[in-house]
Amino acid sequence: MLTVMLRRRSDLPMNEDTLGRFLPWLIAFMVFLSALALAGMLILNDAVKRWDTGLNATVSVQVPPGANAREDEQRLGQVLAVLAAKPGVERYETLPKDRLLDLLKPWIGEAGQAQDLPIPMLIDVTVDRDAALDAQSLARELQARVPGVSVDDHRVWLSQLVRLVTVIQVLAWAVLGLIGLATIGTVVFTTRTGLAIHREAIEVLHLIGAQDAYIARQFASRALGLGLKGGFLGLALAVPTLAGIGYLAMETGATMVPKPDLGFFKALGFLTLPVAVALLAMMTARSTVMRNLKRMS
Amino acid sequence: MPPKVRDSDPESIVRFENVGLRYGLGPEVLQDITFSLGPSSFRFLLGESGAGKSSLLKLLYMALRPTRGQISLFGRNVASMSRNELPRLRRRVGVVFQEFRLLDHLSAFDNVALPMRVAGARESDVRRHVEELLSWVGLKDHLNSRPPTLSGGQQQRIAIARAVITRPKLLLADEPTGNVDDKMGLRLMHLFEELNKLGTTVIVATHNLGIVRQMAHPVMRLENGRLNTDEAEIISDLGLDEPGIGAGAASAGPGFSRIH
Repeated sequence: MLTVMLRRRSDLPMNEDTLGRFLPWLIAFMVFLSALALAGMLILNDAVKRWDTGLNATVSVQVPPGANAREDEQRLGQVLAVLAAKPGVERYETLPKDRLLDLLKPWIGEAGQAQDLPIPMLIDVTVDRDAALDAQSLARELQARVPGVSVDDHRVWLSQLVRLVTVIQVLAWAVLGLIGLATIGTVVFTTRTGLAIHREAIEVLHLIGAQDAYIARQFASRALGLGLKGGFLGLALAVPTLAGIGYLAMETGATMVPKPDLGFFKALGFLTLPVAVALLAMMTARSTVMRNLKRMS
Repeated sequence: MPPKVRDSDPESIVRFENVGLRYGLGPEVLQDITFSLGPSSFRFLLGESGAGKSSLLKLLYMALRPTRGQISLFGRNVASMSRNELPRLRRRVGVVFQEFRLLDHLSAFDNVALPMRVAGARESDVRRHVEELLSWVGLKDHLNSRPPTLSGGQQQRIAIARAVITRPKLLLADEPTGNVDDKMGLRLMHLFEELNKLGTTVIVATHNLGIVRQMAHPVMRLENGRLNTDEAEIISDLGLDEPGIGAGAASAGPGFSRIH
């Protein structure tokens, strides 16, 4: 049916009206915005997946420094003993002091290289996802042995972050929905204008026996052609824009967001955008003509 | 009173019963029109300008609905037909509009091809029939010309070709010879006659009394919105039985008269 619509000549002077110049640009803009929204959604989706696998099963335990190295070791030993006996703890690893000092370097500079600087000891704990480990009870248990120990459950802030991202994703879907509605509105407006412009020719077609569907097909075919033209133009403009954003993100070292990864299915998703918008334009044009012709008679 | 119109009368191609028409709140432009035509009928519709000929034709090709009375085409009451049924009925009616109503952006070929394409004909059949017909009306060399580049007479011939290309069961022509010379006018009327012989009912609205005199077909006349079907009275009133009346008569040669 699609090929028939693309091949069919128009009995109405569609190419002589100004809509042909106006509609593709509007659709190009819609597809451009849709592509940005889709790219945002895909990147956030990847980020959530990565955080989910990387951070969702980890807890950090912070042990305050003692008065001397011996006391440090003693405190650490007590904490590790609790962790070793705790069900649900898969593994734990004390971060070397050098690495902690490196992490602090951006804030305290070369002073951070002093090995005798009293900084807390950090233990990275991986928990079993299936075991419902309660971070607060773990903290209470540890604090009973070593006062001042704190437990930082990544899952808490991660779940908040995921909620935020989910809200952003819903907003992105809403943006896509609004773009769809704007496209429908634009096509309805241009189609109605077209019906008014070509009223005389439409009347002639009716009088020689054309069904409403025959006339609607002419408008739908036209909307499909213009939609595809505008859609691929919009996508062509979106690709360098997205590449530029990706490049800037990498240059600024935004490590929270994963590097854009355009696999086959994602590429297919982007290619589907102009086709989907063109099909939406086609169906909208058709239903607009059918509805209006019934009203005109 | 004429008999009531039945909804399925196989004998009737056109049947008007007490039909009246007014535009908006204006006066009735057509009043109490009652007549019927069977298959293979041929009628000239005469009348002064403004007598209502075009309005009557508009009712016949379903561009207007009557404000009163009943119209039946091909045995179907038009008022009772749904919107979806009308196109099928319209495909059985060929119309030559007074102002041609050609689509200016289409070539002569595509204009004539429209009714066939609308009816879903195969493109090979379209090509064959349209080329043949355009050749017959003398426009073989103008297949790809657009109407605005052609003369009034040429446009009229395209309009006639478009009206007859599907060999309609009812052919309505509003001043079909108004823009062509007498020779071409007669040639086109003979085309209508050929179709008529094949079973098409033809109604020709015209001012050209010369053509009317030369063709052996009955006449009806609209006078102040009323239809007079008394042929003897019309012939007498218009002097159609006298030779040498009308523009076409002079060119068609002396000595001819209406054949009854």
